[in-house]
Amino acid sequence: MIPARITQKIAFTTLFLFAVIAIAPIVIILTVLVKNGISAINWEFLSEMPRQGMKAGGIFPAIVGTLLLVGGTVLIALPVGVCAAVYLSEYAPKNRLTRLIKLSIVNLAGVPSIVHGLFGLGLFVLFFGFGASLLAGCLTLAVLILPVIITASEEALRAVPVTFREASYALGASKWQTVRRVVLPSALPGILTGAILGIGRAAGETAPILFTVAAFYLPRLPGSVFDQVMALPYHLYVIATQVPNVPKEFQYGTALVLVTLVFGINLVAIVIRYLYRRANRW
Amino acid sequence: MKGQHSQSADGGGAACAATLRRPSVKLRLFREKVIEIAILVCGYLSIAIVALIFLFLAKEAVSLFSTENPFAVITGTKWYPISDPPKFGLVPLLLGSLFVTVGATIIVIPLGVGTAIFISEVAPNWLKEILKPTVEILASIPSVVVGFIAILILGPTLKSVFDLPTGLTALTGSIALAFMAAPTVISISEDALRAVPVTYREASLALGATEWQTAYRVTAPAAASGIVVAIMLGIGRVIGETMAVLMVTGNAALIPHSFLQPVRTMTATIAAEMGEVVRGSSHYYALFFIGLVLFIITFLINMAAEIFLHRGRS
Repeated sequence: MIPARITQKIAFTTLFLFAVIAIAPIVIILTVLVKNGISAINWEFLSEMPRQGMKAGGIFPAIVGTLLLVGGTVLIALPVGVCAAVYLSEYAPKNRLTRLIKLSIVNLAGVPSIVHGLFGLGLFVLFFGFGASLLAGCLTLAVLILPVIITASEEALRAVPVTFREASYALGASKWQTVRRVVLPSALPGILTGAILGIGRAAGETAPILFTVAAFYLPRLPGSVFDQVMALPYHLYVIATQVPNVPKEFQYGTALVLVTLVFGINLVAIVIRYLYRRANRW
Repeated sequence: MKGQHSQSADGGGAACAATLRRPSVKLRLFREKVIEIAILVCGYLSIAIVALIFLFLAKEAVSLFSTENPFAVITGTKWYPISDPPKFGLVPLLLGSLFVTVGATIIVIPLGVGTAIFISEVAPNWLKEILKPTVEILASIPSVVVGFIAILILGPTLKSVFDLPTGLTALTGSIALAFMAAPTVISISEDALRAVPVTYREASLALGATEWQTAYRVTAPAAASGIVVAIMLGIGRVIGETMAVLMVTGNAALIPHSFLQPVRTMTATIAAEMGEVVRGSSHYYALFFIGLVLFIITFLINMAAEIFLHRGRS
């Protein structure tokens, strides 16, 4: 029989290898993108309109489109999500209806992104008549990231000690005053983390924007919320698979810009959470 | 108490100035009522959204059956949406999704659970602090980027290893998706392992068991329900993934016989065809029907996971 210590050595080495394999894609993706894409990145690439059917020029409208989409999405999803979290953590009674809300949030988080796209097409584009537009895209993405924001915010609100609320009530504050002046400010870093993670998610999604906003090729900036926009993830899909003979450099460069944006957003969230946990005052 | 009231009532001005122009208590109570109603509405909004998603999908999906026989759609083996007459047999697409999902699940279970055990039971603290955020970053890689890299690296590699006519196959999709589902499996399994009381491990170690014996005989079984939930949610993620499979599985809506053939999943079909479809045509309704099927599958998986999680806790 193999001695237990050697079995352990083998087992732990195997587990270590699994961990290495699991995180290998990050290293591979970053190395490949930086190695092949960095040469494409220059001021012209970032600041100019695409030309000659996306085979020349830059990706400026896609960058602006993604930033507008993400900004609009957060503007819609953050207030709604935080209110929902406040309801769940501060107001909701413990009953079947509350349980139903929580089940809905879990299910909403599990809805495939392409189904969100269909829903956005059905409700916002056609039923409300917004057409394929920035507005329809932002609303669709807002529905998509709502569970992320609600879950993170609720967790942050629940982490605020009951004694904070009791102290506020003891001073004569009403329920809403307590929520607004005591609970929300204490939970702010956690809520912010959730919001930023939501932003990162929205920035990288392609499927929900396919039929609700994304323009195949639109070398100008949107004039209103009812205009279509180009977006980085969809642009990468288009130049990688739909348009033949786009220079490889452009594809890698676009992917690098997208990944840098998404990783950057997530890193900010991780750093905020790390500082917050270290500085936790209670 | 006075200061507290007035300050809140004007929404945050200087306390003494506010005392002078303090709105009536009635107004404040009215405002609070309005705000609390808004909060209540937001609270219930999630239920409404899930119901709306279902309704919108169902409304369009049902229209398909004014021209097509439901039985023929579900058991049909040919997906020829633009031939004349069109055929909307779902079997090739269901099998496509099934192949990719099974393949990804087989890969992600050892990979995800193994990594979770490593992070929770083996890794020293400093390594944990590095691995956990790394896994989160991994989760954030956009699926279109995974697809892009898989086309350029994974596809050609598999093509030459297995000597295939094309590198874009069900297996390529399975591997790409396994890595995309891994963060879900890792973080939820790791939570479950961490929730196992330290006393369990201490008792096992005190009996002379090694750390590895403790991990796989005591800790992992104690966390089993959480690990199962993690795997289920990982599978839910795989079934719903769209862009990466659209780009790497080769997009042939045929009944697959092996993992080394191109397939077309349900999600990829919607993404690829909805753009060109005529609104109100059978094809349009058929794509919504696929969406409905996807919604129901993921809904059932999530409900099952949730029920399992609660049973595990009690």
